[in-house]
Amino acid sequence: MSELSINPGIEIRDSERELDRFRRRLATLGFFVLTLFGLLFLRFFYLQVIQHSHYSTLAEANRISVLPIAPHRGIIVDRNGVMLAHNYSAYTLEITPSKLQSLEETIDGLSGIIEITPRDRRRFRKLLEESKSFESLPIRTRLSDEEIARFAVHRYRFPGVEAKARLFRQYPQGEMFSHVVGHIGRINKREVEQLEDDGRLANYRGSDYIGKTGLEQSYEKFLHGTTGVEEVEVDSGGRAVRTLSRTPPVSGNNLVLNLDAKLQEVAYNAFGDRRGALVAIDPATGGILAFVSKPGFDPNLFVDGIDPQSWSELNGSPDKPLLNRASAGTYPPGSTFKPFMALAALFYGKRTPQQVISDPGYFMFGGHRFRDSRPVPLGMVDMYRSIVMSSDVYYYMLASELGIDPLAQFMALFGFGSRTGIDISGEAAGILPSTDWKWRRYKQKWYAGETISVGIGQGYNSYTPLQLASATATVANNGVMFRPHIVNHVEDIRTREKTLIESQPLRELAIKPEHFKVVRDAMAGVNKEGTGARVFANAPYTSAGKTGTAQVIAIKQGEKYVESRVAEEHRDHSLFIVYAPADKPTIALAVIAENAGFGARAAAPVARQVLDYYLLGKLPAVTGGKR
Amino acid sequence: MPFMLRRLYRFITGHIDGILLCGILLLMFTGLLVLLSASNGSYVRVSGQLMNMLVALGVMWLFANIPPHYLMRLALPLFITGCALLVGVALFGDVVNGARRWLHVGVTRIQPSELMKIALPLMLAWYFNRNEASLKLRNYLIAALLLVIPVALIARQPDLGTALLITAGGCYVIFLAGLSWRVISTLFVAGLASLPFLWPALHDYQRQRILTLLDPSGDPLGTGYHTIQSTIAVGSGGLLGKGWMNGTQTHLDFIPERTTDFIFAVYAEEFGLLGNVVLLLLLLFVIGRAMVITANAPTLFARLLAGAITLTFFTYAFVNIGMVSGILPVVGVPLPLISYGGTSLVSICLGFGILMSINTHKKLVQT
Repeated sequence: MSELSINPGIEIRDSERELDRFRRRLATLGFFVLTLFGLLFLRFFYLQVIQHSHYSTLAEANRISVLPIAPHRGIIVDRNGVMLAHNYSAYTLEITPSKLQSLEETIDGLSGIIEITPRDRRRFRKLLEESKSFESLPIRTRLSDEEIARFAVHRYRFPGVEAKARLFRQYPQGEMFSHVVGHIGRINKREVEQLEDDGRLANYRGSDYIGKTGLEQSYEKFLHGTTGVEEVEVDSGGRAVRTLSRTPPVSGNNLVLNLDAKLQEVAYNAFGDRRGALVAIDPATGGILAFVSKPGFDPNLFVDGIDPQSWSELNGSPDKPLLNRASAGTYPPGSTFKPFMALAALFYGKRTPQQVISDPGYFMFGGHRFRDSRPVPLGMVDMYRSIVMSSDVYYYMLASELGIDPLAQFMALFGFGSRTGIDISGEAAGILPSTDWKWRRYKQKWYAGETISVGIGQGYNSYTPLQLASATATVANNGVMFRPHIVNHVEDIRTREKTLIESQPLRELAIKPEHFKVVRDAMAGVNKEGTGARVFANAPYTSAGKTGTAQVIAIKQGEKYVESRVAEEHRDHSLFIVYAPADKPTIALAVIAENAGFGARAAAPVARQVLDYYLLGKLPAVTGGKR
Repeated sequence: MPFMLRRLYRFITGHIDGILLCGILLLMFTGLLVLLSASNGSYVRVSGQLMNMLVALGVMWLFANIPPHYLMRLALPLFITGCALLVGVALFGDVVNGARRWLHVGVTRIQPSELMKIALPLMLAWYFNRNEASLKLRNYLIAALLLVIPVALIARQPDLGTALLITAGGCYVIFLAGLSWRVISTLFVAGLASLPFLWPALHDYQRQRILTLLDPSGDPLGTGYHTIQSTIAVGSGGLLGKGWMNGTQTHLDFIPERTTDFIFAVYAEEFGLLGNVVLLLLLLFVIGRAMVITANAPTLFARLLAGAITLTFFTYAFVNIGMVSGILPVVGVPLPLISYGGTSLVSICLGFGILMSINTHKKLVQT
């Protein structure tokens, strides 16, 4: 205080100087403030003026999301409108693995409120391996309303788990139609590549499923429909806030089949617990009326990915339920080959109908004795009796005279040894033996002795039941041949427009009508007084058939085939071809019952039940045969 | 009773600076407007913020009526308490989001670093004022030490954003106290040289934030997301903005923390460059008025404190806007007077209350 009183002037000047210095410092900071705000202004100018359109675009891209809308898949019905494949709406519980902390914990937690079977878990795990982790994968399908309500209550506990309403494919007829209708399944990597190559991938944005087998696969383009597009405004979580524009999807087309579901059922059940196949064709159109491969499997198992256990059960079963016997299984035709051999003989002029040969019960060729399968020799045999009584010797002799290559050329006319072109994939071509074939296959020359057993449908001969049925239908139709087809027409669901499938004949065989008449009469004789007579006794319609028995294993020279001594899977296959009514056929079919022995015993009764139902509407009283 | 009313009026407004209050109220009003949009028209949020504002204005009034020399007495005890609490946090603090920032005190818990924001400038201003007569380099070194202690404790939590802001506040005081330019430039060069050694000392997430600033697209869904989305919001606003309540980035939830730290993105998207310039001018108006008060403050203590408060306010605004528009790394700094949240509002208004007190009590000091 004393200093102040002594020299107040210095103090004031000093503090003035201090204040001055302070204000200069403050001004410096004011300049600093202005500079930095100027910097902010420049930044705003850059973002909001110079780069404005760029950021506008980004904001729009943030805001707008283009969502695909999957179309409804077309349904599949039989000729009478019976539903074979349809869609229904139900809830699934779906998990997006990438959004989860622990998948196991989540599933365990979920199983506390909703039933999740070990099979669901296995199926999910398999699905997981095949998918990307950000995809939404179903852990449970077909949730009940009660389950949905329970999940809704506990939802907050399960981020990354969602209940979604989805359309499901269902096959109400189950295993009976498994090989015809086929099934859909989740699109896999290979299919994505295929779709990309075809330029169809864009249409599958939003689709999770694609036809895998059967009609579902071969008519995929018709069934799938066109994906719609929805432009929606989304928030940062990807949730749609409102719709900006919408192009509705176009539902897939429906398939109406030639198949008769009831006929199929009768045929399927007629096999009892035997394995086998049956193909029935309308000879006038080539339309498939029944297409049975038994045993089948439940196609519904495959829709959302089959669990490994069910898969290995199906895949490992000795009954081979996954094999489509009707078009991918090949069998020696046995004696059902004989009517076609007879036609070949007439065609090449090697035999007249009346020409008689002597059947001593065997045929000698090159020191080798070819036995007839029947114990009592037939004696004098003409063409009619050769078919009706099924003489082997007649056809041993004939085949030997025709030679393998002319025989093969003739049989090729009926489609033996080549794919029929039926409208489902996975068809086998079978084997029509010829010198050329043997050279290509084995690099060996053909031995004349090998021709002999080809004459009775044995040897290298191997055809699908479909080929046999198609050839039978061609005989029934006097040589006018159609490509067999399961689908009758494709129906546009909006315009009701129908597109017929394969309505034109494939070709007409240059075989004289009188030659057909000889063979057709003989086949009618089979069911009247021959090997099929007992089975077709008292039938109120006429029919023309041929029994067949196909050896599964070769019988050694001088040995006798005794059924009871042979393991079941080595027993003979039972075959039967037939068309009816004999004069104006409306149905032609081929049946094979695996390891069931003589044709007239197992296969023909199946055919009888099918014909009784188809022609008379008569349902079999007691179904099934014994093994 | 006009006399009574006039007395009441004088009692209320006697220590309020009308110009500063005007700027503050304009900013608060802008804040409410943006908040209404940012919260999708949630009146609950807006009325909550209105309550915060009333409380903050009350605090401001209270501090405007406390003469500065009372604050001077508080400086040392407040600073020591603050440091003690920070040590307490380091020892017993709650860990939230990987950082130890909160301390339980009885029924509630506090964040002592908030207290330090005001306690440190107060302390430094008090210290310089005490040694006003003979400021030597030694005094600046001691001031630097006073600065480093709390900053180090806060940086350890870790809360680098707050540590840097408090450092800035302290540095303003030291700068205004007249640290010679020679020392400043030496320190600046030394600071630049030591940058490569500081880098390894940073936490992973801190380094990540700085890298993200340099290239936000490097991690678009992670740490870069905030910056990318807020930059898009600002840029898509354009010259005039998309209009109030019409920002798509805002209303479709693309801007994270859009009512608090990132509220400026909402503002810039809806009001555009024009709105931004208006906001900058409003801020400049408040800062300018605060600087005038600072320049006219009667004592060194008052000048330094006022300068620190003014420039801290500026720094908050600059760092926040810079972060939202993508030129500064993401640090948890609210936009003063605009962002939703009571703590920030109250502490900012407390500062303005002190400014007003300094401005209106100088005659009393002089007499």
